[in-house]
Amino acid sequence: MPAPEPAPNRPGRLVGADSEQATSSATSAAELQAGQFGNAAATTEPSPEPAQRRRRRKAGVLFYSCLAWLVLVVVVAITAPWLPIPGPDAIDIPNRQAPPFTAGHLLGTDGLGRDIASRLAYGARVSLIISIAAVVTGIVVGGTLGMVVGYFRGRIETVVMAAVDVILAFPALVLLLALVAFVGQSLTAITAVIAFVSIPFYARVARATTLAVSQREYVLAAGLLGARTRRILFREIMPNVILPVAAFGLIALGVVIVLEGSLAFLGLSVQAPAATWGSMIAEGRRYLDSDAHIALIPSVVMFLTVLSLNFVGDVLRSRFDVREANL
Amino acid sequence: MTAVPIAGQDDLLRVEDLKVHFPIRKGIFFDRTVGHVQAVDGVSLTVPRGATYGLVGESGCGKSTLGRAILRLEEPTSGRVLFDGTDVAALKGEPLRQMRQRMQMVFQDPLGSLDPRQNVESLLSEPLRAHGLAGGKAGIAEKIRGLLDAVGLPSAALRRYPHEFSGGQRQRIGIARAVALEPDLLIADEPVSALDVSVQAQVLNLLEELQERLGLTYLIIAHDLAVVRHISDVVGVMYLGSLVEQAPADDLYEQPLHPYTRALMSAVPVPDPEIEEQRERILLAGDLPSPADPPSGCRFHTRCPWRQETRCDDEVPVLRELGPGRLVSCHWAEEIRDGALRPRSPEEVLHAGAASRPGSGAHPRDDDPTPFLGRDEPLPRQEQG
Repeated sequence: MPAPEPAPNRPGRLVGADSEQATSSATSAAELQAGQFGNAAATTEPSPEPAQRRRRRKAGVLFYSCLAWLVLVVVVAITAPWLPIPGPDAIDIPNRQAPPFTAGHLLGTDGLGRDIASRLAYGARVSLIISIAAVVTGIVVGGTLGMVVGYFRGRIETVVMAAVDVILAFPALVLLLALVAFVGQSLTAITAVIAFVSIPFYARVARATTLAVSQREYVLAAGLLGARTRRILFREIMPNVILPVAAFGLIALGVVIVLEGSLAFLGLSVQAPAATWGSMIAEGRRYLDSDAHIALIPSVVMFLTVLSLNFVGDVLRSRFDVREANL
Repeated sequence: MTAVPIAGQDDLLRVEDLKVHFPIRKGIFFDRTVGHVQAVDGVSLTVPRGATYGLVGESGCGKSTLGRAILRLEEPTSGRVLFDGTDVAALKGEPLRQMRQRMQMVFQDPLGSLDPRQNVESLLSEPLRAHGLAGGKAGIAEKIRGLLDAVGLPSAALRRYPHEFSGGQRQRIGIARAVALEPDLLIADEPVSALDVSVQAQVLNLLEELQERLGLTYLIIAHDLAVVRHISDVVGVMYLGSLVEQAPADDLYEQPLHPYTRALMSAVPVPDPEIEEQRERILLAGDLPSPADPPSGCRFHTRCPWRQETRCDDEVPVLRELGPGRLVSCHWAEEIRDGALRPRSPEEVLHAGAASRPGSGAHPRDDDPTPFLGRDEPLPRQEQG
């Protein structure tokens, strides 16, 4: 993630020859600010900063802690095999149900004496792979589908949207159970199934945005100027549709993690003994009376991750919106 | 610009009985079409090559829809649009794309019609690349520079984005893009109404300059009568989806023939307090009727100060020629022109409809509900078979 941008105009776009301009405008902005502060100090006490700036900084602490947590989860998931932790399936019978901070087991062990920290790290891999793959598939397939039917309308739209509504009308978890029972419990199968179930959501978001965008005058103008359909779709419409869909996708990451957890809780996620957060909670359920931490720790980890995803997604979305308004 | 073109001489655009109807759908489970909004209902007009045709009318009279239908941005319900002899209304796919190369549009909202994510260079090169014109990168770059120069923008504008420009500059970009393909016909839908008055003149002068230089034919759609008079050779006045009068610009402004045109002209303030004080204003009764359920006979009869007992209510007036190049659709145009008929006040017009009812006198009481008789129901509530 880039640091908050001080430059007044869209830095993402500035390339090549423009960078000169960008630096100059950035410096002038800095000068302006310095001048302002200098003046304020010279006259009276430092004047209060604009309310907007203060609010942004306040939101910043929470935003960056959430971001830090997500980074931690990702880093741990990637480096799990090299971390100084026992294997996720290594059974340490003498230290069964050990509380956190036991020697050799930072977060304690579960009912079979497996290291919770290690299982969390490997479980994060499953959660991340499933959620990212499912969301990307959903965005690509659902987004394209929604965009195409939203642009062309007509009979295809009726058919596709009817299918989408039918899938949406099914209770997602029940549909998942049925599909998983049918296609099996491999990582790929579960990812595909979750992606399939989430396609309707992306399709709806993409279609709704496309309906609005395709009536904009500059889209009509492009058609009038002789741009072909493919160019209109990908050049004029897609850039406007992708932001809302991607913002929705960030929130959906959290939903997918919970969904995978629910499947695992029901014993239908990736086959045991592979660790997932959901299956850890499910197994810890038996020890809730005596050793609550076995179920509690993965629950808290999942909770924090989903919360962080939602929060970061929200902040990013509002930033995009501001940029939209500036354009 | 000054010579009045004679109809039939060399018509670039000929619109024949064009209709654009939008269905009004209702119903939760099944789409029932309960009526049609007759946005454009049987308009015929011709625009000679090299001329400027101004189209005026109040909001909602269908003038924008007509412009869009000519370019096939709206699907015409029936009628023909002959552009240089080819029926545009029947084209589709690649032939339509090719044909549009020769007819372009300048939009009302310059910011809304320019993609905010493309810089000026990309915006201007898009039409050239789409049609494979100007040949190669160098050719396009040169062409774009020429375009910017033609509309009076510096070449530094190339790398900027639409939101970095002022309204007038944006409209210049829009115009540059429209003329990039060197079209024959340019349809401008309210080209200056989104701009400051000081900038309006600049943009209008630019349009005139380009017309002279490139030999363009214009169809200018506007509600600002002064703008239309300034730029047009021929002016058409639309009311509720149809053309009520068409005349050479100066004649129309000197002596409007149709009652609606007269009312429209009398609404323009005169920048002289004494004349403004004395001149007679024609106030219209009621609102624009719903285009979903237009009045029978002459569409203007519900509001017309000159309405007569006969013909107006039940006989649709046709556009007929009253003088050289002067078309008007009013049964009583000659009598009105010669002053044989006297206009009535808005109150009288409103009560004319209620006069047949027992008990309604010529002078309404204060609580009399009849002054609102001329008003329309909101559109969705209209029921029609």
